[in-house]
Amino acid sequence: MTSLPHSDSHVKKLLVGTVLGVVAFATAGTAAAANRDIVSIVGSSTVYPFATVVAERFGRSTNFKTPKIESTGSGGGLKLFCKGVGANTPDITNSSRRIKKSEYDDCQANGVTDVIEVLVGYDGIAIANSKEATQYDLTLRDIYLALAKDIPGPDGKLVPNPNKTWRDVNPALPATRIEVLGPPPTSGTRDAFAELAMGGGAQSVPALKTLRGLGADDVAGIKAAMAGLGMPGGIYDGFVETKGKAPSGKDLFKTVAYAIREDGAYIEAGENDNLIVQKLEANPSALGIFGFSFLEENGDKVQGSRVNGVVPDFDSIADGDYPVSRPLYFYMKGAHVGKIPGIQEYAMEFTSSRAMGEDGYLPEKGLIPLADDELREVQAIVKNLKRLEM
Amino acid sequence: MSNYDNTTLIAASLKKRYARERRFQWYGRFAVFIGFVFLIVLLADIVSKGMPAFTQHFIKVDVTLDADRLGLPENPTQQDYFGADFGGVVKASLREMFPEVSGRGDKKQLYRLISVGAEYDLRDHLMANPELVGTTQSIWLRAHSEAGSYLKGQVSRALPEADRKVKDIQMDWLDQLRRDGRTQSRFNTVFFTAGDSREPELAGIRAALQGSFFTLMVTFLLAFPVGVMAAVYLEEFAPRNRLTDLIEININNLAAVPSIVFGLLGLAVFINFFELPRSAPLVGGMVLSLMTLPTIIITSRASIQAVSPSIREAALGVGASQLQTVLHHVLPVAMPGILTGSIIGMAQALGESAPLLMIGMVAFIMDAPSGVTDPSTVLPVQIFLWADSPERGFTEKTSAAIIVLMGFLILMNALAVFLRRRFEMK
Repeated sequence: MTSLPHSDSHVKKLLVGTVLGVVAFATAGTAAAANRDIVSIVGSSTVYPFATVVAERFGRSTNFKTPKIESTGSGGGLKLFCKGVGANTPDITNSSRRIKKSEYDDCQANGVTDVIEVLVGYDGIAIANSKEATQYDLTLRDIYLALAKDIPGPDGKLVPNPNKTWRDVNPALPATRIEVLGPPPTSGTRDAFAELAMGGGAQSVPALKTLRGLGADDVAGIKAAMAGLGMPGGIYDGFVETKGKAPSGKDLFKTVAYAIREDGAYIEAGENDNLIVQKLEANPSALGIFGFSFLEENGDKVQGSRVNGVVPDFDSIADGDYPVSRPLYFYMKGAHVGKIPGIQEYAMEFTSSRAMGEDGYLPEKGLIPLADDELREVQAIVKNLKRLEM
Repeated sequence: MSNYDNTTLIAASLKKRYARERRFQWYGRFAVFIGFVFLIVLLADIVSKGMPAFTQHFIKVDVTLDADRLGLPENPTQQDYFGADFGGVVKASLREMFPEVSGRGDKKQLYRLISVGAEYDLRDHLMANPELVGTTQSIWLRAHSEAGSYLKGQVSRALPEADRKVKDIQMDWLDQLRRDGRTQSRFNTVFFTAGDSREPELAGIRAALQGSFFTLMVTFLLAFPVGVMAAVYLEEFAPRNRLTDLIEININNLAAVPSIVFGLLGLAVFINFFELPRSAPLVGGMVLSLMTLPTIIITSRASIQAVSPSIREAALGVGASQLQTVLHHVLPVAMPGILTGSIIGMAQALGESAPLLMIGMVAFIMDAPSGVTDPSTVLPVQIFLWADSPERGFTEKTSAAIIVLMGFLILMNALAVFLRRRFEMK
């Protein structure tokens, strides 16, 4: 084994070259951090599929660079958004709920004073069955009692859900076996359904509502509420272990209320909403959970159940009367408009009639569009950069 | 006891021992066989799913490039082209080809034969050839991914219509187009030249590949010199004491830390403290270099250790200094091993996506990065994003991207083998 001729100089060159390279990169990096010419968007995974479509069209049809969009969830997005002003913070955050007062205050405290709220549309979830069967008239409480994994028994303690038919849940309902086809846990529709329908229904149980209102610092109160519900203390400890912090009453409420039964009454039907519609047609006694757009498209085959007395249709979802629906937003940082190119232009593309209008490309991707007057209002907000006051 | 008894005893046990060895060999073969079966099933699955992504169908449409219809003034500027109604012209051309189509629903289905990207292709084509304004051209337009899947034979009419995206009426049109020789399958160049897209037929891996390249470059430039220097110092110069033992234990530990932890570290230190840009290959490369450092240090130390002490002693014996010994004699001999270790570390970094989630590289980014501070994503992240997309057409893109990623991994590992052979021969 002998060494290569001149290999020592090779080694030296390699080492010197790499060190120089590192220095060059480090300086280049700090220089470029100061400015940015790409719109940076974060936020909700529900809005993500719509925002990416707009971003792509925007990038292709203008001279601006295509915005980059991260799917961080609504809460995570608002946290990043409200961290401050500057090229290192996002310009826009998508949200599948309205900004909270606490988040707004956080924004103000960090110098993000110009927050522009843009409502982009609605997300409604239908609970439907075949047209051959009778239309259901459900309450959120009925939905919770029919589908939750554990529900409070006669003594207030949680027991595995004993309800077999809809009549067990509510005497006014037919004695049909509970059989609900719905999306799997990976689906955003499932998350929204759990939050709005299951969570909303669970709040009609006083003990669960109390638990939900308790803060993380009220450990004694939470433990007492858990004991009252017969929840094992292990749930609390498990939370501390996996999350690294004490859970609030709301966290524990979610673990109870959002858990859907796994004994066959709820059938995971895959992400394909078309498939659910088809199965409902074949099985008139079953109910299905899917996005509103599929209900509208298949209005000849299935009908949406009334929830809390409201039929899911375009108007009731747009008005917010239908309880299993939520508005979708994005928030714009006024201070960045004019500094980072393309923010306002992107928002104008998003709110243009060819995107958000009834025949636009976003409803084609499943967005429930705004009513005409609402759309005009939103377009005006974007045009005048009207800041949000809370 | 005679000799004869001993021999029969040995002969008998010998037979047993041979049998045991044969059995052992069979176990080994079986283990290799099982491994291979899994590998082949995996490869066959990915390749069979991914191959269709490398072809793309086009549909020939007679497009009337009327200036009035497009809304183009005379001597149009770039801005005019961007504002022109190419989408409307494509739709009008489709209606002319199928004049019998009426009703909003049917028209919508008709428009869905052609990709939404076709209007941009048409725009770019016209911008390059402005003399075509006012003429009627037979132009091959990119098919929509759903129409493409039917033309590729992936959708069967036997399926109930409600269960598939391509409707019967679309199938009839596509069949007619095929009979008229108006459909064509070509190599999908867009897959290699475009960035991400929400339309499967427009999506490509170029931006992700470029992002991976920049990220790995930063990783290499940081991890290689630092790793080799650390290994040389620890092996050749550092005294053996508690402190160096502690360092060694920690380096070994670091090699086993889950990669997401490095992402959290990168978020806290590089982005929040040093305020480096989010989603940038610079930060991604720095995070991945932290991850590969232990691998490089450990393999480098092992290969430096493996250099025969006689070489060191000979060098020192003829009066070379410690530094000369290391640079002139030890490092060159250890280099093949060091390079192999580094390349394997880099290959690991190429396939990593978890730590990049925390620093914002898991994002929808269409444009390819032109430097280390431009927002970008990397190949494994692109695979993850596509696998998550609702559109059916992304299934094949996902597998195709996996094929490309595996190709690069094979290339890198082959390079490691090649370098080792080459340096060892000399």
